Amino acid sequence: MTIDDFLKQDPEWLKATGPNSDIVMSSRSRLARNLDKIPFSHWSNKKDLENVLSMVGDAVSSVDLLKGALFIRLKDLSEVDRLLLVERHLMSPEHARDVEYKALIVDPKEIVSIMVNEEDHLRLQVLRSGLNLKDAWKIIDEIDTALSKILPFAYSPRWGYLTACPTNTGTGLRGSIMLHLPALVFAGQISKVLQATAKLGLNVRGLYGEGTEAIGNIFQVSNQVSMGLTEDEIIDNIERIITQIIAREDVTRKNIMVRSKEELTDRVWRAHGTLKGAHIITSNETITLLSVIRLGADLGIMKNIDRASINELFILTQPAHLQKLEGKSLSTKERDIKRAELIREKIK
Amino acid sequence: MTDKECYMQCEICHKNEATVHLTEIVNDKMTKLHLCEACAKEKGAEMEEHFGLNDLLAGLSDLGAAIEPEAMETIACKHCGLTYQEFKKIGRFGCGECYDAFKSQIAPLLKRIHGSERHIGKVPLRAGKTVKDTKNLQDLKMKMEKAIQDEAFEEAARLRDKIRELEKKDKNGKGK
Repeated sequence: MTIDDFLKQDPEWLKATGPNSDIVMSSRSRLARNLDKIPFSHWSNKKDLENVLSMVGDAVSSVDLLKGALFIRLKDLSEVDRLLLVERHLMSPEHARDVEYKALIVDPKEIVSIMVNEEDHLRLQVLRSGLNLKDAWKIIDEIDTALSKILPFAYSPRWGYLTACPTNTGTGLRGSIMLHLPALVFAGQISKVLQATAKLGLNVRGLYGEGTEAIGNIFQVSNQVSMGLTEDEIIDNIERIITQIIAREDVTRKNIMVRSKEELTDRVWRAHGTLKGAHIITSNETITLLSVIRLGADLGIMKNIDRASINELFILTQPAHLQKLEGKSLSTKERDIKRAELIREKIK
Repeated sequence: MTDKECYMQCEICHKNEATVHLTEIVNDKMTKLHLCEACAKEKGAEMEEHFGLNDLLAGLSDLGAAIEPEAMETIACKHCGLTYQEFKKIGRFGCGECYDAFKSQIAPLLKRIHGSERHIGKVPLRAGKTVKDTKNLQDLKMKMEKAIQDEAFEEAARLRDKIRELEKKDKNGKGK
């Protein structure tokens, strides 16, 4: 399997098969780990960094749960290939920069990925469809345990897992949920809900777009605190709060259907019309419109397109994906044309 | 809380109620701002431009420092050479040993970030039996303290016996 094979499949987490996948797009658990006695990635020399790469590479090859996983040295990839991995949520944008001593380990179903020599020596993550954080934690926990039999992790009984940044110390665990909340946004209730969420110790940010502006009504919610709670408590806290947000979005969707069904129907089909008819379309406009038709599909306003295909379009219409599909590098304008073409083809 | 503190007017528009309270540190001077939501949003965007996580951490660790500034300058991690000054600047530790080197500074820092300065989660397998036992011992002691606070004395006594047993085992193990 190579990077190009990823294009022929949908990642497991994008298939909208998990619980509450109308509102929750994905759940992710991430663990930060470092190797004992070796300086953290930003403070290491070349020899140390190479050492980390080979130690992790060896360890991974002897873990059953990671059988068949690809070990990719990022310096061997083109810039577009690296960006493709970022767009597929397999690694962070930071990991795609200064790639000389970095690697990514990824399983063929794109559920598990491990960044090597990012801010920490290892960043392990599991992505699942829908509200499935417990499951994501269970898988990452097992992989971490298996790796810890082989690799000496930096750990102290008092501080827990030692990480480069003090915001990750302790469990090194970050659970995050990607939510699609169009009804709360349309009803003007989103800032209230997000403020309350932040007060309960969770971080909230828009997935696309800068600052407080969230394009496509997609929000990422994650825990702020990683020390002083057990991993199960952290996961449980997030799931409890997310369950309440889901309930609010759900009620708001129902209210909109009762009070302003015509307006919403109009909005959904206009979005559909634009997507179906456009010959030049930017990434931001695409995301905004996809959000509207996703809501339409969820509420049965639009029956001829399923949720999984819309999820897929969120990823396929990103710059690196378009360029990989076309097989060459494209200017911004060429991408806008190619994007429109792809959408017209995919949307019935 | 006085009545004055209960209702505050926004210091920018002087119209709405101030619900957001910002602390800004410019050139070591701390100013407090009480703003309404709308003005805070504008102010926030302005601050974000020149305000990153590193600045925040630097601010936090300064407030948490319990020792004299001159002494602080010279502290360095023996293992990786990172100085405390450098840690404050980049907001990242150099290696795992830095945690012990800067122990007195980072305990309050971690407390500010996490509301706790003690790990109660997972223990790695490779860390071995000794670490696991130390951790168990710590956990048991914490549980016992809580049991005493809750006046659950029977439970506390049971925990005390368990702790003694573990401590005895530890001693014997070391003797061999």
